Amino acid sequence: MTLMVKIWLILSAAFFVIPAWAIDSLALEKQYAAEAKQSPLASRGEKFFMSKQGKEWSCASCHGVPPTKEGKHATTDKSISPLAPAFNSKRFTDETKVNKWFKRNCNDVLSRECSSLEKADVMAYLNSLK
Amino acid sequence: MKKFYQILILMSISSVTLADGNVMPMKVPEKVKSECASCHMVYAPAFLPKDSWMRIMSGLEKHYGTDASIDPQSIKEISQWLNQNAGTYKRVSSAPPNDRIAESTWFIKKHRKISDSTWKSSKVKSKANCMACHTSADKGSYDDDEVRIPK
Repeated sequence: MTLMVKIWLILSAAFFVIPAWAIDSLALEKQYAAEAKQSPLASRGEKFFMSKQGKEWSCASCHGVPPTKEGKHATTDKSISPLAPAFNSKRFTDETKVNKWFKRNCNDVLSRECSSLEKADVMAYLNSLK
Repeated sequence: MKKFYQILILMSISSVTLADGNVMPMKVPEKVKSECASCHMVYAPAFLPKDSWMRIMSGLEKHYGTDASIDPQSIKEISQWLNQNAGTYKRVSSAPPNDRIAESTWFIKKHRKISDSTWKSSKVKSKANCMACHTSADKGSYDDDEVRIPK
């Protein structure tokens, strides 16, 4: 293998590997919808986001309504950066973080994990906020 | 000269380990900031004894009513930092009820003049919200001069 080919291989590997890690809110919506085998609905996501589900909090309790501005933690009052991706470019760019917070927050709101369809709907709602 | 440096190093180490009270450690690791300060400010580790912190860190999935679970590596790193900086002075020599800073005897005594209506104010919300009144609490400063009770 010539040196040029090696360099080309390393460079192309770098460029192909990075996008595999980088995610965005639209890709997540698609991914969850594919897992759920159903089309997401922003209106259903909005209703889910606003409603309490048998516990003290809804998603909106901390993220605000609509979640386009800074929210405030329902107990500690700590400010939470805007959730809607159009208003905060950092949101939904790190899959580990997304998984961590869906797990924690779904547990706080629903006492269980969210289904793929619930997540797809919420993503559709958040993506619809411009 | 070598001895001089040894003494200097020893002095700086002891000043760190002896630092106690309300003071926030000089360096708060990024991990602590990102994992502990999403929902609340970073509380000075010296506010609780080691055994309280260790119990808190081993039960993050049920963290004062919320699921605050984090990955095992983060638990390890943060626990280490808390262990090194936990309170050792008399005030925190024993764990407060429920491992809550706000249920410590010194905390209750210090806040005895704060009325129920202040605690319930929409600008305070809970005893976890130090910043509502202690404007520099996130920097580890609880000086009376910096207290502004919201009206």
